[in-house]
Amino acid sequence: MSVANHLKLRAGLLSGLILLVILGLWYAATATSGATASAAGLTPAQIEYAQMMGQDPSAIKADGFPTLGQMGQTAWSHLSRPFYDNGPNDKGVGIQLAHSLGRVALGFGLACLVAVPLGFVIGMSPLLHRALDPFIQVLKPISPLAWMPLALYTIKDSTLSGIFVIFICSIWPMLVNTAFGVAAVKKEWLNVAATLEVSPLRKALQVILPAAAPTILTGMRISMGIAWLVIVAAEMLVGSTGIGYFVWNEWNNLSLSNVIFAVLVIGVVGMLLDLAFGRLQKAVTYVD
Amino acid sequence: MKTPLLQVERLGKAYVADKPVFADVSFMLDRGEFVCVIGHSGCGKTTVLNVLAGLDTATAGHVFMESREMVGPSLERGVVFQGHALMPWLTVRQNIAFAVKSRWPDWPGARLNQQVEKFVQLVGLSHAIDKKPSQLSGGMKQRVGIARAFSIQPKMLLLDEPFGALDALTRGTIQDELMAIVRETQQTVFMITHDVDEAILLADRILLMSNGAETAAGYKPGGIAEVVVNPLPRERTRATLHHLDGYYELRNHIVDFLVSRAKAH
Repeated sequence: MSVANHLKLRAGLLSGLILLVILGLWYAATATSGATASAAGLTPAQIEYAQMMGQDPSAIKADGFPTLGQMGQTAWSHLSRPFYDNGPNDKGVGIQLAHSLGRVALGFGLACLVAVPLGFVIGMSPLLHRALDPFIQVLKPISPLAWMPLALYTIKDSTLSGIFVIFICSIWPMLVNTAFGVAAVKKEWLNVAATLEVSPLRKALQVILPAAAPTILTGMRISMGIAWLVIVAAEMLVGSTGIGYFVWNEWNNLSLSNVIFAVLVIGVVGMLLDLAFGRLQKAVTYVD
Repeated sequence: MKTPLLQVERLGKAYVADKPVFADVSFMLDRGEFVCVIGHSGCGKTTVLNVLAGLDTATAGHVFMESREMVGPSLERGVVFQGHALMPWLTVRQNIAFAVKSRWPDWPGARLNQQVEKFVQLVGLSHAIDKKPSQLSGGMKQRVGIARAFSIQPKMLLLDEPFGALDALTRGTIQDELMAIVRETQQTVFMITHDVDEAILLADRILLMSNGAETAAGYKPGGIAEVVVNPLPRERTRATLHHLDGYYELRNHIVDFLVSRAKAH
């Protein structure tokens, strides 16, 4: 136990050190760029002229790669007011995240509703497995964004199209894993259920489902990871709201500090989602 | 005359037509009788047991239980599987409750729990009732499997080499326990084993099965070569078994069969 704690402590220290090195490099890199972009050597008249020409030297510095201080300011301003709403192009990062998470939850939830029962049927029926396998194999490798034009054309609603894209990308890992997990349920457990004359529904819910749950959860975890990757790209395409749209909007504003902040937020939220599914997975895993 | 509990008539199983693994297997089981089957691997004894359990179908013959033809699995026949076949995500209590609930779906929780605890106690595992199978030793897991099969109070119990994976010491203990429970509950048992001493200790009758083989006169399917009635007194114990008169004659007879006759030449 103390050895494990010792290792944990050392790993934590090393992580902190790596973070410090990265921040140090960032500081050094932006400090020199700030020096070249400074207005040193220009007379006030030259500066004013440059400003009138739309080439404000100090503004160039502000729009370039942010320094650590600017980054901290941006982060603080977002974190202190995450839920403000000043119209379509100026919403707090919390609101944008909520839009993205809502889309992911809807698309992912719908995919669950389709993939788990369908995976059950495919896993239990070798005939259906063979019949549907070619379709799954062809549809699975399609980039979800490739569906976007078709979705926009048929659904005619950008938000629903985004949800559809999440749905279509989440469905495959869950479907394939559920089918595999169900097909791999040990014969002896099914034999136990058979000799006890267990009804098909009870067998499905109390024997096959818990037996296949770890595999199904693995599929869900993979799906959630993919959905979170795809939602950012999808929102860049369809726009209006969401963390992906926020990134694209701030790129158009040339506000790199906002972009960097959003990128970090996307990473942290993705990690939290994965952690949550990891917990869930642990809860249903059994030692055989 | 009373009808036998179980009647097996000319049972046969062929995976390849004209070359059945076994054929013409006929025997009867009376209520309260303990019958063991001994034979080499591949003679089809597990198939016979699976047919009796309703998990497999024979290609020929019939099985009657209380004069009615048997179709498919039934709660009237409890099975103890070769591997314990416990569900690892359930505790001992939940595993047995699963079986009891299947047998008596209308029982209230208290009655169900009472039945579960009674049978867990019967195999001496009350202290481990809320543990998961992964926390139990091999012998304890097999005890739970036995308790599960007994808990539904079937008319007949089918055991497929239940102690095959256990070490000799544990096996001996559980054999004693099984014998005590069977004597107490008057259970009818059909059991497969590889162990000659186990068969002599437990069985009232021992069915010796031979493997199918090519002979000069053509293919000869496997089947019951001989039925040995155990002449030893029923109140025998494992500790004194080998001191009983007739023990060695019986043992030598079965071993001779396994060595020289079980695999037809």
